[in-house]
Amino acid sequence: MIEVKKLSKTYSNGGVETQALVDVSFKVEKGEFVAIIGPSGSGKSTLMHILGALDKPTSGEYILNGKNVENMKKDELAEIRNKEIGFVFQSYNLLPRMSSLKNVMLPMAYGGIPKKERIKKAEKMLKVVGLEDKLRSVPNQLSGGQKQRVAIARALTMEPAIILADEPTGNLPTNQSNEIISLFEELNKNGHTVIIITHNDDIAKKARRVLTLVDGRIVSDQKNI
Amino acid sequence: MRLIEIFEESISVLKTNGMRTALSALGIIIGIGSVITLMTLGQASQQSVKNRIQSLGSNLLIVRPGAQRSGFLRGSASGNTTLKYSDAKAIEASQRINTIQKVAAEYSSRTQLVYGRNNTNIQVSGVTGEYFDIRNITLTVGSPITEQQNQNMEKVVVLGPTVVEDLFGTNVNPIGKSIRINGTSFTVVGVTKSKGSSGVGNSDDIAYVPLQTAQKVLFGVDYISTIYVTAKNDDLMEAAQNQLGFLLLELHNKATPSDADFTVSSQADILETATEVTSTFTTLLTGIAAISLIVGGIGIMNIMLVTVTERTMEIGLRMSLGAKSRTIITQFLTEAVVLTITGGMLGVLIGVGASTIITKAMSLPTAISYQSIVLSVVVSCLIGIIFGWYPAYKASKLQPIEALRYE
Repeated sequence: MIEVKKLSKTYSNGGVETQALVDVSFKVEKGEFVAIIGPSGSGKSTLMHILGALDKPTSGEYILNGKNVENMKKDELAEIRNKEIGFVFQSYNLLPRMSSLKNVMLPMAYGGIPKKERIKKAEKMLKVVGLEDKLRSVPNQLSGGQKQRVAIARALTMEPAIILADEPTGNLPTNQSNEIISLFEELNKNGHTVIIITHNDDIAKKARRVLTLVDGRIVSDQKNI
Repeated sequence: MRLIEIFEESISVLKTNGMRTALSALGIIIGIGSVITLMTLGQASQQSVKNRIQSLGSNLLIVRPGAQRSGFLRGSASGNTTLKYSDAKAIEASQRINTIQKVAAEYSSRTQLVYGRNNTNIQVSGVTGEYFDIRNITLTVGSPITEQQNQNMEKVVVLGPTVVEDLFGTNVNPIGKSIRINGTSFTVVGVTKSKGSSGVGNSDDIAYVPLQTAQKVLFGVDYISTIYVTAKNDDLMEAAQNQLGFLLLELHNKATPSDADFTVSSQADILETATEVTSTFTTLLTGIAAISLIVGGIGIMNIMLVTVTERTMEIGLRMSLGAKSRTIITQFLTEAVVLTITGGMLGVLIGVGASTIITKAMSLPTAISYQSIVLSVVVSCLIGIIFGWYPAYKASKLQPIEALRYE
């Protein structure tokens, strides 16, 4: 499903080169639940952006569903982000003036799905995350956990191959954080491939596989039993 | 994403920032409003000048003293004394001229009219017998100035309706009454029909006396202001103009047309000059108004650039959800165009309102030019596209991760 081979990313800033990723290689199969952990500055976010087709690697290969992503053009990458990847961000990134329903409908609008179908699907996805009574609420009227659930519903609507979550509980209190984690577990049980980047060891324990990054290299790849 | 949805969303964004939207649209509203108002006023005054000139009759030739110059600018002829009553008589008597029908001469100047305690300072025209006929002046009561009265230098006067009102008040028949013009007593013999006031050269605020009376009794001059000649028909206008010109050159002992101390102009000439003058003014004023449109456009560009910076995070998010560069451009461009078109339409309303009020107040013919409305909407749309393009392009060129990280 996902395969990265010798992935490297180098940033150069005023002549000083920083290696964010060095020869990272791994595979993720369909239905896996992977946590990527590591200290800050270890290259987690860079890896996440490359996996999410938001950024390009300096060298190496990234194969998603059999397609080489690293050489794609801007519009092709937009298509990949729309159809193959569901993003969940630390700061939710909902559009403040739109209702939950409209926020969830947004990726489908870019995917060219007819409006009627969009509304139906968005309602369904908000039900999946337990927010069927908050369809018309705007983000300001929701708690952090509820906002993150809207964001997860948004990530699910295009039925992507993988769900990428970047510190999804980073801004949440413990009880809401646990709810979000159980939601990811449930999604994984229902067959979704989930990759979560986190600082949180509790989350890492719940994942079935943990990749540890240090200084841009994978230092361990463990399966939780 | 379909265009209609992008459109709906633009409206919702613009509503969210209502005050800002209104202020940034103001430039376009004022610009379009003033373009429409000025275009309409220009066309209205052009139409009014045309109407007035056409009411003179289409086979009319006008001879004025002074060298060849704009026949429209009456004021310029006032200092010239080269045209004499004898010229008019010579034209009428000439055997060589076979293209003309009637000849009338006029001398006019301003002076005081007094009746009892009322007085008014107006234009008094000394005219010959054919004058009323040639100028299409009709009377409500009484009779016009006749050639007989001119020959006998009778002290009779025909008044315009405004003059009657000023001197006698309303509902008074002035026929037979005696008024004083410049200190001399005159008998009122007729009142002209109202032609409606129309700014300059009010034909209702005028008094007519016999020409020779005006020259010798009232003003003590030996020259005249104008000779009016009608051609036998419209096709003979040019021939008549030439015949008149050469006869007058001979009478004035001038060798070539470039020495002429008079001007023969036809209706067409006057119409042309008048139209030229007004249309130049219209173009000039509209041009100035158009500058305000450009300024308004820059205002739109400015506000769109602010919007793009403010919404960098949103743009990054949209890109991460699958929006292509093209979609982002369309979104911001649509926002700018919706803004300018809304402004444009409000400007049209204001422009139409203002020009209706102004033309009514100036009693000009109200003719809202529809092409100016269509043009305004097209122009405001273009301004949206031109000035919205750069901000939209800038938005589409953002890198998704950098935009997402933007605080």
